[in-house]
Amino acid sequence: MLRRLHGLPGIALALALAVTALTGAVLSVQPALDRAAAPAIPAASSVADLAAQVAARHPGVSAIRLRADGSLTAAFDDGDTRGVERIDPATGAGLGPYAVSETTRFFTNLHRSFLAGDAGRVAAAIGALAMLGVSVSGLMLLARRLGGAGALLRPIRGTPAQRWHGELGRLAAVGLIMSSLTGLWMWAGTFGLLPETTGANSAVAASGGAPAPVGTLTGLRALKLKDLRELTFPDPAGPADVFTLVTADGERLVDAATGATLAMTPATALERMNDLVRMLHTGRGAWVLGLLLGLASAAVPVLAATGFALWLRRRAARPRISANVPVRRADTVILVGSEGNSTWGFAGTLHTALVAAGHKVHTAAMNDVTAAHLSAPRVLVLAATYGEGTAPQSAKHFLSRLAGLPGQPAVAVLGFGDRSFPHFCRFARAVADALEARGCPQLLPMKRIDRRSAQEFAQWGRDLGGALGHDLVLTHVAEPPKTMPLVLAGRELYGEAVGAPVAILRFQAPADPRTGAPGRLPTFEAGDLVGIVPPGDYMPRFYSLASSTRDGVLEICVRLRADGLCSTFLHELAPGASIDAFIRENPAFRPAKGRGPLILIGAGAGIGPLAGFVRANAAGRPVHLYWGGRSAASDFLYEHELAQHLAERRLTTLRTAFSRDPEGSAYVQDRIAADAPRLRELVKQGAQILVCGGRDMAEAVTRALEPVVRPLGLDLPALKSSGRYVEDVY
Amino acid sequence: MKFVLPAVAATATLLSPVLAEARQVTFETTLKPYGGNGAYLVLYVTDAAGAYKGTLWMAGGKAKYYRHLSDWQRASGGRPAEIDGITGASVGSGKTLKITLDLADAMIDAGYQVHVDTAVEDGMDNPSEVVAPLAASASGKPLAGKGYVKSFTVTF
Repeated sequence: MLRRLHGLPGIALALALAVTALTGAVLSVQPALDRAAAPAIPAASSVADLAAQVAARHPGVSAIRLRADGSLTAAFDDGDTRGVERIDPATGAGLGPYAVSETTRFFTNLHRSFLAGDAGRVAAAIGALAMLGVSVSGLMLLARRLGGAGALLRPIRGTPAQRWHGELGRLAAVGLIMSSLTGLWMWAGTFGLLPETTGANSAVAASGGAPAPVGTLTGLRALKLKDLRELTFPDPAGPADVFTLVTADGERLVDAATGATLAMTPATALERMNDLVRMLHTGRGAWVLGLLLGLASAAVPVLAATGFALWLRRRAARPRISANVPVRRADTVILVGSEGNSTWGFAGTLHTALVAAGHKVHTAAMNDVTAAHLSAPRVLVLAATYGEGTAPQSAKHFLSRLAGLPGQPAVAVLGFGDRSFPHFCRFARAVADALEARGCPQLLPMKRIDRRSAQEFAQWGRDLGGALGHDLVLTHVAEPPKTMPLVLAGRELYGEAVGAPVAILRFQAPADPRTGAPGRLPTFEAGDLVGIVPPGDYMPRFYSLASSTRDGVLEICVRLRADGLCSTFLHELAPGASIDAFIRENPAFRPAKGRGPLILIGAGAGIGPLAGFVRANAAGRPVHLYWGGRSAASDFLYEHELAQHLAERRLTTLRTAFSRDPEGSAYVQDRIAADAPRLRELVKQGAQILVCGGRDMAEAVTRALEPVVRPLGLDLPALKSSGRYVEDVY
Repeated sequence: MKFVLPAVAATATLLSPVLAEARQVTFETTLKPYGGNGAYLVLYVTDAAGAYKGTLWMAGGKAKYYRHLSDWQRASGGRPAEIDGITGASVGSGKTLKITLDLADAMIDAGYQVHVDTAVEDGMDNPSEVVAPLAASASGKPLAGKGYVKSFTVTF
């Protein structure tokens, strides 16, 4: 719901908001320019002095204003000449006619009303309301993603579009919320929705004596020029000879003959509020604030573009759930925890079958769970498990949100995973336990599905149908990911002598059959994943990429596994043969931006992406690589390339450990323990640690690193949550 | 622009209840190309002694700006009732406002005067920048204003 609140107005009004925001950004520069251009006002000069100087030049002066932009102007009608001129505050001399530039006027009107009068003003107000909604909901979404309001300042990880949108949005939101609130206030004032302020009580009796020279009037002498807003001279044709003097604190009437202050009407709270709002919105009188607000506004088009890109990607990533009834009307809610989108596919099949059986079904991501979802009669949870048995992307916050919500629907939990991994469906188990602990009745015991088995899914459907009292046939046809062909261009084989073959494979896009021109690789960076579907199978296997698109090849390291369908296929691949592959971004596993040191730790084929990071380090930031193999003579992957990186300063230090070398057999974690002081110093300098390799190695490395960082008052969970310790473990 | 005033107008005193005793009068106000946002302008009538009698037309819809039409504000007290039903849009730079209404015969050639106050955002306030007699002899003769009014013509 929050996402919808954020997205719909965001997309629908992106263009209008961009116009209002960009014109606002243009206008925001004006106060700074004005301030630079406006002559300073001498602290000592009084209103009376200046009024006397101006009146000497213009007998028909009617008003003197100190405008919000800092310029001092006088309106006069001397019979033959009339107009508004700028005044030098020090001398009262004229500085030429006062006029708002045509450009400023154009931008102001575009900003206020899209150049379309009152209808346009209403549209601009709707835009401001939308801006408010989008900013607030955006901050809430970001807080939810980062783990609560207290975490709003944490580093944002994700794809470039996600990072830009989050980082910029976070910076701009405060300004945008303030701009839209104050804009709406001003709009309400323009349309007479705020109570009108009444002027000073003009029913005072002036002395009626002959007017004294304006410079001598005590009521005007008492006020500093810098505090002036507006001084209105007595109307020669008017009934009472009084000056009206407006300042921030109110309105005074001054007798033109005696100089006495006849009345003082203090500014109302509303007037003060109006002044404050106008200053906050325009930055006039607070030029730095104006520029900051302008910057926030200038970010809007970028936010709109990145937001639109994110929305498109999310739409493309999720299968279309048709006939999704509003959650309040649903008798069955399906909650989905998915990392990629295969679990969404199963949810779609289940949704369609339940609707066909006459149910009213609402499907949503587990992260979006609310009390409304839990007040449905029954809730079906389809949860994948990610990595180390942790929650997948669309369920990261489910358990913490669940804890704070009421409701005890009847539940059935279905886990998706891979039996060959430890922690098979561990997250689904955790969800089932949490629901049981709430006292939710079970429709079915939790079931686990291995490697997206359509048969197991269909069986669970029959069981569920039994529980619901009708037939339920789930025929799931997995949507294969969209693959592209790649051609093997080169291979290097290591480790045969030690009985552990590892191949470095380099692929290229197939050449255009008509022109012979080399084909274009998809976009990827080292550390992203390539999914490869072996022939005769539908389950892609993922390998970490050792290269980026700009290297001109797609490079992976593959260890041959005893009964590995995909690794066997890849190892037997002849040069020129092709594979079907697709890219999956892995933005969580990337070196942080900047020049901070990197500590790269890997073993075996895990060196692939690490070598890719080193290769991409053209800037020469400090990079320290720790890697473990079996035998320096047989499986020292990238040996020559790494030597070259060391010589060319792309790599600062290289520490290797070989477990089967007769002299000094060691593992990579031994090197870490031996280097503890140096590593501690690097972490103290803000180093980021990237680990890639098998599960056992990763656990050993974790154990070795804990004592390294503990003396610094840090621990690995904290480093993980701030993105300074990232793993790619298989 | 042509306006037919509703009978409930606050200026009913100026208008004739019986058309036989009335004459159709056209007020045409053309503004200079001053280059700014739309001007607020108000047409109102004073008698031979200078006392306010009523308002004919208010061009500009936002009450918060009426204080800039200072002569009218002072004369009429700026009460919303004075312009109820006789309010229109502000008049753009170089544009013309033309209003036609039926005035009682008694109003014409009896020393009454039409005043025009104008004001523009970030510009000048021009109280009574035109004061034209409601006299048959002045019919069709354009007058220039001191501020934004290029010509003001009353035609009987």
